[in-house]
Amino acid sequence: MKEKKLKYTLISTASVFCFLLIWYLIADVFKVFPSSTFPSPFKVATAFVRKLTVTTPDGGTLGKHLIASLKVVLLGYLLGIVIGVPLGILMGWYRRVDLIVKPLFDLIRPIPPVGWIPLMILWLGIGIQAKATVIFVSAVTPAIINAYTGIKQTNPVHIWVARTFGASNFETLLKVGIPSALPMIFAGLKVSLGASWMALVAAEMLASTEGLGYMIQMNRMVGKADNIMVGMITIGLVGALLTYILETLEKKLVKGGRNK
Amino acid sequence: MSKVEVNHLTKSFGSLKVLDDISFQVNDGDFLCIVGPTGCGKTTFLNSLVKLYDIDDGEILINGEEVDLNKHSIAYIMQEYSTMSWLTVKENIQFGMKVRKFSKEKLNRKTEEVLKMVGLEKFADYYPEQLSASMLQRVSIARAFAVEPDLLLMDEPYGQLDLELRFRLEDELIRIWQETKTTIVFITHNIEEAVYMSQRIMVLTNKPTKVKEDFVNPLPLPRNVTEEKFIEMRNKVTNLIKWW
Ligand SMILES: Nc1ncnc2c1ncn2[C@@H]1O[C@H](COP(=O)(O)OP(=O)(O)OP(=O)(O)O)[C@@H](O)[C@H]1O
Ligand SMILES: [Mg+2]
Repeated sequence: MKEKKLKYTLISTASVFCFLLIWYLIADVFKVFPSSTFPSPFKVATAFVRKLTVTTPDGGTLGKHLIASLKVVLLGYLLGIVIGVPLGILMGWYRRVDLIVKPLFDLIRPIPPVGWIPLMILWLGIGIQAKATVIFVSAVTPAIINAYTGIKQTNPVHIWVARTFGASNFETLLKVGIPSALPMIFAGLKVSLGASWMALVAAEMLASTEGLGYMIQMNRMVGKADNIMVGMITIGLVGALLTYILETLEKKLVKGGRNK
Repeated sequence: MSKVEVNHLTKSFGSLKVLDDISFQVNDGDFLCIVGPTGCGKTTFLNSLVKLYDIDDGEILINGEEVDLNKHSIAYIMQEYSTMSWLTVKENIQFGMKVRKFSKEKLNRKTEEVLKMVGLEKFADYYPEQLSASMLQRVSIARAFAVEPDLLLMDEPYGQLDLELRFRLEDELIRIWQETKTTIVFITHNIEEAVYMSQRIMVLTNKPTKVKEDFVNPLPLPRNVTEEKFIEMRNKVTNLIKWW
């Protein structure tokens, strides 16, 4: 078991290392592209360290932009899942809720979240509310869909067991429906997180005065590819970290196997 | 403590008529074994009894009233796997007791008792995915016995078990029946099992299903499967069935 784990860690490390090596070869050794538009890993690393303290050309340090982005994304995301998951559960369990919500939901769902940006700017300006709303829209949809599907997939036999023991419909939802839907719900939370993060960058590029997306956009205007990559890498790293936190939580909460 | 009346029960699935105007009674304290060909509607009957299915015609009454799962204490061991993957063996077993709001003291006592009875003490904290088919079946059996039901419905519960365990749980069920006088409806394909445990045997025909024979098993308890009388009885039931 331990040996296997070590092996997997080695393989993963090696793959990251190879990626960096190829990048380095293209940028520094073979100089395929000019270094101002395709900086080497070392240049990006230097820019990363520099951006921790320097505020030019985008008016903020990396930390400031990151915090601005996190604030927006967490606000929109948490709102999205706090509303989306229970709504999906209720729609999945209670036919009446399904009948009321589903048509509206099906109508709104095909609109891509970034399609909301113009309207949000018009209504709410370019502050945190507009961006958080766009992220909310991105997060809420997968949260609803997965919670809904998870509940719908509850094994009827399990529902029957609860009913024959005399459980009420609501008790059956709490003791059977929700726990059995939990893996699906968590999968939804992860999809929501990814969608939120993506929408964030789009929203910040279009309407913002701070944040990682804004930073990327500003550096594009002045042609600083290294800073753009710093922004992208930060987005990647933080996204991965948030997913990791979710997965840890999932391991704690989702028990047993998936079938039987 | 529970008497079941089945009056003119009729149930179809689409154009397939499974139960056609069936009437019988399960008396208070009966240990009724039902044998019948596969697909004749035994499971359909039990599912209708606990209201998992809507019936087309007729009625099923418990103590003269409409079945009420909150009021009538029923436990149903289903033919399908019904353990919950997100609960440990122990939590699965406690599921029914928790729904019925057993006191903490009773909950723990019964849990220990039934875990031991089905031989799963060592697996109390395992999850279903870590268990074999027979162990899963035993969890369902323990979960049902734990609530001390007035009416115990069992749909081929011992089919998956090895012989030794099967014999032990047969004796255990007889003991529970003698001690608690709970009403038991036990479905099985195993004629020897039916003759060994039952106080009454019902033989069903193939679809559309009718009651072919319904008689009291006169052999005194405890029974010995090698005794002449036992073999005679077993042959009688076998001859009644002959659905092959
Ligand atoms: N939910 C259902 N929908 C449609 N048909 C069904 C359904 N449940 C059962 N049937 C049909 O009704 C008939 C009786 O099924 P049932 O499961 O009650 O038989 P059974 O006597 O329990 O058989 P076995 O001994 O194999 O368990 C079968 O022909 C089956 O195909
Ligand atoms: Mg059956």
